[in-house]
Amino acid sequence: MNFTLKIWRQRDAKSQGAFETYKVENISADTSFLEMMDILNNNLIHEGKEPVAFDHDCREGICGMCSMHINGHAHGPSQAVTTCQMYMRKFKDGSTITIEPWRSAAFPVIRDLVVDRSAYDKILQAGGFISVRTNSVPDGNAIPIPKADADESMDAAACVGCGACAATCKNGSAMLFVAARVSSLAKLPQGKVEGARRAKSMVAKMDELGFGNCTNTGACQAQCPKQVSIAHIARLNREFLAAKFQD
Amino acid sequence: MAYTLDAKTPAGELAQKWSNHKAAIKVVSPANKRKLDIIVVGTGLGGASAAASLGELGYNVKIFCISDSPRRAHSIAAQGGINAAKNYQNDNDSIYRLFYDTIKGGDYRAREANVYRLAEVSNLIIDQCVAQGVPFAREYGGLLANRSFGGAQVSRTFYARGQTGQQLLLGAYAALNKEIAAGSVKSYPRHEMLDIVIENGEACGIIARNLVTGELERHGAHAVVIATGGYGNVFFLSTNAMASNGSAAFQCYRKGAGFANPCFTQIHPTCIPVHGTQQSKLTLMSESLRNDGRIWVPKKMEDVKAIRSGAKKPSDIAEEDRDYYLERRYPAFGNLVPRDVASRAAKERCDAGFGVNETGLAVFLDFKTAIERLGKETIKQRYGNLFDMYEEITDVNPYEQPMQIFPAVHYTMGGIWVDYNLMTTIPGLYAIGEANFSDHGANRLGASALMQGLADGYFVLPYTIGDYLSKKIQAPKVKTDTKAFDEAEKGVQARIDRLFAIKGTQTVDDIHKRLGLIMWDNVGMARTKESLEKAIVEIQKLRKEFYKDLKLVGTADSFNVELEKALRLEDFLELGELMARDALNREESCGGHFRSEHQTEDGEALRHDDKFAYAAVWEYKGIDNVPEMTIENLEYEFVHRAQRNYKD
Repeated sequence: MNFTLKIWRQRDAKSQGAFETYKVENISADTSFLEMMDILNNNLIHEGKEPVAFDHDCREGICGMCSMHINGHAHGPSQAVTTCQMYMRKFKDGSTITIEPWRSAAFPVIRDLVVDRSAYDKILQAGGFISVRTNSVPDGNAIPIPKADADESMDAAACVGCGACAATCKNGSAMLFVAARVSSLAKLPQGKVEGARRAKSMVAKMDELGFGNCTNTGACQAQCPKQVSIAHIARLNREFLAAKFQD
Repeated sequence: MAYTLDAKTPAGELAQKWSNHKAAIKVVSPANKRKLDIIVVGTGLGGASAAASLGELGYNVKIFCISDSPRRAHSIAAQGGINAAKNYQNDNDSIYRLFYDTIKGGDYRAREANVYRLAEVSNLIIDQCVAQGVPFAREYGGLLANRSFGGAQVSRTFYARGQTGQQLLLGAYAALNKEIAAGSVKSYPRHEMLDIVIENGEACGIIARNLVTGELERHGAHAVVIATGGYGNVFFLSTNAMASNGSAAFQCYRKGAGFANPCFTQIHPTCIPVHGTQQSKLTLMSESLRNDGRIWVPKKMEDVKAIRSGAKKPSDIAEEDRDYYLERRYPAFGNLVPRDVASRAAKERCDAGFGVNETGLAVFLDFKTAIERLGKETIKQRYGNLFDMYEEITDVNPYEQPMQIFPAVHYTMGGIWVDYNLMTTIPGLYAIGEANFSDHGANRLGASALMQGLADGYFVLPYTIGDYLSKKIQAPKVKTDTKAFDEAEKGVQARIDRLFAIKGTQTVDDIHKRLGLIMWDNVGMARTKESLEKAIVEIQKLRKEFYKDLKLVGTADSFNVELEKALRLEDFLELGELMARDALNREESCGGHFRSEHQTEDGEALRHDDKFAYAAVWEYKGIDNVPEMTIENLEYEFVHRAQRNYKD
């Protein structure tokens, strides 16, 4: 298969970026999208040009590192997969593919397709944890947790922190990301103890870091590679309001 | 000069050793902990849990990781589960049984006392993770669920769907975030350690490269912990993440830390087969699939040919024409034999010509029987995400046709030599998790990597490091304007300059792929004296080529992934040779190390306990010099070493 690639190139956060066009040829349909990028980069280096910088690591859809906006969709046109799990058979032979970095004010570009997502770390540092010390805990089976609750907690915990939700949201909101963590812990008895504080401080941090507000368009859910449901946003809202009433 | 290796194994009964040791080692008072700095390199399960626990204790901790967030570390990709000796299933599991299975699974090449301690603290890990909010799978009664893994006859594996590593790492990362928020841990993402700094024979800091700006930074500390995982990417194609590398460990080796059993590599039996030359990465299919999946190839060569040509589908092959070779060869463990055994058995069938894809390098993993027995819905619940992933990659629906799988490089049991305190041969330098060598012997059992990472980080290192640091309470802050730091930084700069100056014609990937092929063909699943000698010569040749013909673009003072890769490849080019040398020395077969000259009549690994019941610890002697080997004898006080038997 052959493709024309329009890729965003940007030297660093301060420089202006622009699209550049490249061709890749003889790509097997079984090649993954990022392997196609590897091939492009290897060709570029042979031509003495700098390769396209992009984030990636596990290539199994779990580390959350890869982060490309492909043909207008976060992680590309396929549903429920990260960029690294997309294969070239999903694209039409001979087509043009547009590749951009995440576009979000809270995720400044570092280079080309690489963005700075440390804002997500900061939100979690604001309260996305249960304050237990190492070795100061009861037996694992001391608190039975209904299977349905554990399962729902796991649904939310599937979030890989890739940033697709905020990059997709027209308001640049990180609500789905914040909700995933808050909701995952809120479904468990261990997480309830600090529930009110957690919801308030994580939301406050999200606002402080320049993420937008949620207007319930559901775009985040549609683009989430882990299909985290916006039902968790409802739970976050409930947790947040309940916490405010406690004040 | 050979090492004087003291494993510092405590005296006494096996079950008492860790308790006795904890009682005997020194502790540091809270007031003094505040004065002490610790650097942790790597933020996977080992690094994150260690840094969080050390921060909680009151030490000043700095953590470094190469990705954009600690949460990306490759521990996150572990799918199947984590072992613990809880005996929640009432199937007569115990600490001793977990210990015994691990020692036996490692083919009696691990240290008894370390492995026992691992089994002992395994139960605490589950408690810890539950308290952190890790959503482990549960039964309808609300209690924790378990499943089985290879090399065990009990169900002791705890799991969170097919994302156990992710959930455990998010737990450790959350603990870390708590400490970052509290100010006890400072995080340096997108930083790579490029050298260890040693002063007066003790580790005192690192040189790290800021991967965004390219700046070289000096960081001093009273102790340094290496938690950077394994070096499986020396093979180019592996299940490791693309950026996983052996470099931090290798810098320690270059600076004098002993490197133990480098040849012990785990080839995982259930990976998606290689599809062609454009591939950069192999994908693992969790071992948990062997709970319900049955591995087979056709009995008749005509069926093999029909499947390869597409004339027949695997589902067309009648039950009696299928060779469930693991069930045939190992009735007691069946499809749940340890990984090394399963991988070799797949190789044996493929070598005999029964491989089921066009390359002849694939076998089937079939869920037909399980779907008939349990229904599609149950299978979907258990493995849904793995099945989806498989279909995404291969375009084959595994609910209808069996998966195709083949062994691939997955884990390295070898690593930096450590004593019982997890300290390397360099005082003040520690190695934990996959980066060290101590617990898995010659083969690691499934669901034990997560266990070891968290055991070391949460429950072992935070105690043992205090014993060393108790001697440092009077020591001032480490100064980084010293000669040792100057020289280390200059050395790193010289390395970088040298690579840019080559201006050759081959890219990092071009050369890395060739190294990978040399390794896979000669230092892979089956090794011989000839293949290993050949590998050493070829790697040396390739290394010379690297220094003559590498093509590097960009600059050192910017975000430059090619430079990162080139530095890692430079280390792999030496590490590969070290692995081959170690494999050449070890004239026996054990666990994942299979020397074709040493096998039983049935083709099983044949150990030579009289000659090789030791850990081979290598000392660096310069790039083109043969390293020196020192032996740590592995004394077995409590377990009788036997030929491993998974048949009855």
